[in-house]
Amino acid sequence: MNIRPNRSAWRLGAVVAVIGLVAAACGGSSSNSTNSTTANTSGTNTASAPGITATTITIGSHQPLTGPAAPGYSEIAPASNALFKYVNAHGGVDGRSINYIYEDDGYNPANTATVVRKLVLQDNVFAIFNGLGTPTHQAVLSFLQTEKVPDLFVASGCDCWDNPTQDPETFGFQTDYTIEGKVLASYEQAHYKGEKVGYLFQNDDFGQGGVKGFDQEIPSSDVVSRQSYDATAAGLANGLGNQVSAIKAAGAKVVMLDTIPVATALTLLAAAEIGYNPVWIVSSVGGDPPTLSGLLSSISKGKAGASLENGVISASYLPSFSDTANPWIALFKSIHDQYDASEPWDGNTVYGMAVAYTFVQTMKAAGRNPTRADVLKALETDGGSFTGPGLVPFGYSTSHHNGYVGEQMGVVENGAFNMSGPVYRTTDSSGTPVTTYSGTQPAPPTSF
Amino acid sequence: MLSAGFLRRPLVRHLVIAVVLVVVLFLVTGILSSYNNFQIALIASYVIAVAGLSLLTGLNGQISLGHGAFMAVGAYTTALLETHQHWPLALVLALSAVTAAAAGLVTGLGAARLRGPYLAGATLALAVGLPELTIKFTSTLGGESGLPVNPPPPVSFLGASFDPNRYLAWVSILCVAVTLVLLANLVTSRFGRDFRAVRDDEIAASLSGIRVAGNQVLAFVVSAACAGLGGAIYALATGIVNPAGFTLVLSIAILTGTVIGGLGTLAGAVWGGILLVYLPRWSESLSNGFKLNKVVSSNLSLGLYGVVLIVVILAFPAGLQGGVRQAGRALRSRFMSGPGSSGSTGAAAPAGVSTPVASGGGGETS
Amino acid sequence: MVYAAMAMALVLIWRATRVVNFAQGAMAMFSTYVAVSVIDRGGDYWEALVVALAFGFVAGAVVERVLVRPVESKPPLNAVIVTLGLLILVESAAAMIWGDSVRSYPARFSQTGLKLGSQRVALSPFDLYIIGAVLVVMAGLVILFRATSLGLRMRASAFEPEVARLLGVRVGRMLTLGWALAAVVGSLGGILVAPKVFLDPNNMDDVLVYAFTAAIVGGLDSPVGALVGGVGMGLSLSYVGGYLGYSLETVGAFVILIVVLMVRPEGLFTTTTPRRV
Repeated sequence: MNIRPNRSAWRLGAVVAVIGLVAAACGGSSSNSTNSTTANTSGTNTASAPGITATTITIGSHQPLTGPAAPGYSEIAPASNALFKYVNAHGGVDGRSINYIYEDDGYNPANTATVVRKLVLQDNVFAIFNGLGTPTHQAVLSFLQTEKVPDLFVASGCDCWDNPTQDPETFGFQTDYTIEGKVLASYEQAHYKGEKVGYLFQNDDFGQGGVKGFDQEIPSSDVVSRQSYDATAAGLANGLGNQVSAIKAAGAKVVMLDTIPVATALTLLAAAEIGYNPVWIVSSVGGDPPTLSGLLSSISKGKAGASLENGVISASYLPSFSDTANPWIALFKSIHDQYDASEPWDGNTVYGMAVAYTFVQTMKAAGRNPTRADVLKALETDGGSFTGPGLVPFGYSTSHHNGYVGEQMGVVENGAFNMSGPVYRTTDSSGTPVTTYSGTQPAPPTSF
Repeated sequence: MLSAGFLRRPLVRHLVIAVVLVVVLFLVTGILSSYNNFQIALIASYVIAVAGLSLLTGLNGQISLGHGAFMAVGAYTTALLETHQHWPLALVLALSAVTAAAAGLVTGLGAARLRGPYLAGATLALAVGLPELTIKFTSTLGGESGLPVNPPPPVSFLGASFDPNRYLAWVSILCVAVTLVLLANLVTSRFGRDFRAVRDDEIAASLSGIRVAGNQVLAFVVSAACAGLGGAIYALATGIVNPAGFTLVLSIAILTGTVIGGLGTLAGAVWGGILLVYLPRWSESLSNGFKLNKVVSSNLSLGLYGVVLIVVILAFPAGLQGGVRQAGRALRSRFMSGPGSSGSTGAAAPAGVSTPVASGGGGETS
Repeated sequence: MVYAAMAMALVLIWRATRVVNFAQGAMAMFSTYVAVSVIDRGGDYWEALVVALAFGFVAGAVVERVLVRPVESKPPLNAVIVTLGLLILVESAAAMIWGDSVRSYPARFSQTGLKLGSQRVALSPFDLYIIGAVLVVMAGLVILFRATSLGLRMRASAFEPEVARLLGVRVGRMLTLGWALAAVVGSLGGILVAPKVFLDPNNMDDVLVYAFTAAIVGGLDSPVGALVGGVGMGLSLSYVGGYLGYSLETVGAFVILIVVLMVRPEGLFTTTTPRRV
């Protein structure tokens, strides 16, 4: 009987040792080359920061390339990369080409924690760029502050990225869900004042943030039904018929949707089934026309085409992908056709290119040989006045790190999103009214 | 000079070996990069959880698809106590295991009535349902966005510039060692024998005086405590607890690690933990080698992961540890006359053991 | 109903092979994509259905022969891991072949609710078609297992392979047939639900989780139980959602599952007495 314990103890030891050996074998390249960080504004390129050499800027990201969040969102990083390739082919940023490493996290925060540590500790990226998702990115938020890695343009509309005192490295990009909620709701108040309103929202930071915005503008006496659904598990597999029926029963004439595209489509489908035709006002998240019409076109066996989503009111902070007369869209489309042709052309593509353009803009503003701190400073001082593909300004300043501060209204028609409504801007705080914005979009630069 | 008999007592033996190896590993962490140390912590969290499930499923015959939920219990306990109450780390880790054990007790009481796929179904419900409760109690548990977890600050005598990932690796290696030593002693004890008896034949076990239900509940409690400790380290390593991190996917990963590593073996748990961390990275770098469109290559890497799971289980029905054991046996019979083992850490191969009795897949413990 | 179809496929595999197939949903998803391809090439709904079911049949048989057969004599968890590996493999393959964007799937009949008086109710001709199809399949399965010698041989192969073999049943062939049939039922389920939940490489996972719990509630040995469990699951989801708020929908459904299992440890419709010690 003495033999077994001996053997097992030995094996126990041997395998514990294996952990170390495997880790050692996979290690190695951890030369944390922190080079001189003195600001250099002369004409020669130096390796001014981790991830920046005389000829390259290396940045990283975590993206859902597989898994439940991949549909649609997996197009964003390739689109960003296409714009970077275009910029690189046209001389790069101050002669440096951008090397964009985006890792798949499958929208799982544990994977995000792993891949971002790999990017920062092993690949020595200069910054994390456009990391996608609220729960995923929150998994690395404090890590990026500790490591002092710029965390630029998080791909999520959570208002949690705007916290400069606690998270000085982090900057948002898109209009946050609360501002968007206020914008949609003030449009509702301007056009359907006094009508009964129903809400249908995703039960997470996205939906709740939007509802927070709705409630700042719409009197609570007008809201007759508040329905939600659960996106974390199989909340959608059962359809949204019950929620839609409840809103109909409450007599709502206007329905505000904070829903992802699939849920928007399920909502429209459920409403059609019970013959319910309210005014639909949908978050930009769930109003992407190609996705919607793709999902809904075959419902009526192609005959009526995309009829179900026609007339849906939505909003956007970027020009519509279908607005080919817009010079930015024309530029992005040509870049897409040249560098990203295997991916679809839709709102996600425009988003990926717009955020990539903003990064290029930021690096240019940060000087020829920027340190990590220079980049943060450039965004805080100049970011608020950046213009580009966006329809509204950014909120970047020393006291705020939020991205776009408003949206333009539009309506879905035959698979296109026609933006002709007013452009609104506001802030998260309930005291700030929603005002119209009259700034104009500049033409894209002719050279990069 | 200690007597040979004293050294041969299981507890002492396990302890001595564990201490030697922990010291070696502590030294190894110094030459590794910060990222590798982080990976060690992640591996450790999986190893502990997998070891717990291996005990439950391999030794006691109860399947659980819900260990991710117990990890969540441990992780949330850590988040609440470590970050918000600033309690000492050792106490936090212990309490995380205790709360998870309590959850395991409740589950085990119910599970003792269930068998096979029905038990799988009930634990699956746990895996899916429990993380969702965090959304219901948003004010305390942080809802969808969860709670941040501060990495444990290295103890002060190490100095302010000590790499927190290296410290975390130390903590987690220590936890793995403690857990494995305790489990190794448990499985060689009377309880371990009872666990196996219940797994093999419940009726025979009860006839020989084992309280079957109580035994099954005990296995669930121990197993859940391990998962809770694993979850606590997982939380410390990833720096966040939120429901998206503790989905069914995690529970299934733990089960996969358990079976692929070698069901019912503690060594297998180590293989399982390493595999869960490194296999996705290996398959990713492999598929990146094909220079495909990134989305296709990501899916290819996922597909390779699936292929590896299938191939390993077809090639080594008793898991990787079974494969290692086979290989070891083949080597030993080939070099019968040579020295039994390389002289690492003074653990010479036990004399006279040529073919250990390893009948019944997954039955052997080590 | 959505869950009922998938639950029945699980029950079928369980009865025929004693394996819970975690890749069931993924295989159904893959067959549905095959049907989409047929439709994209100009095929109509019925052609697509037939092609997808035929594909499902062959795929089910191949999976059993190539992947499951080698682990059949091994501990049952090995088969579970194989089906998990298959799940990952099939989903990634579908994403590689068809891309990962969410697709719609045409419904054969109108999805506009029927008129009851002046009100439209949430029951469309397409819903009736789904219900009819599921009932027909369930009836077919009950007849197969209860009233035909083929069904008897399949059950015998699954429960007592040694005895069955002695009695001259070709056990291997029966197991293959069981997987093939289950894949057909699963594929049908996928095509039936696709117009309602859309189609992407991952979304059948969620359906499968519910279907599995439905099958468990009903009792894994009973097609009728699968139907009742599936319908009950759908209804209870609605009621929990309606009364307690939709954020508790999933939690509520699983609480119901656990309560059922506490009262009936082997499901509502299993006739064998639970083994007690």
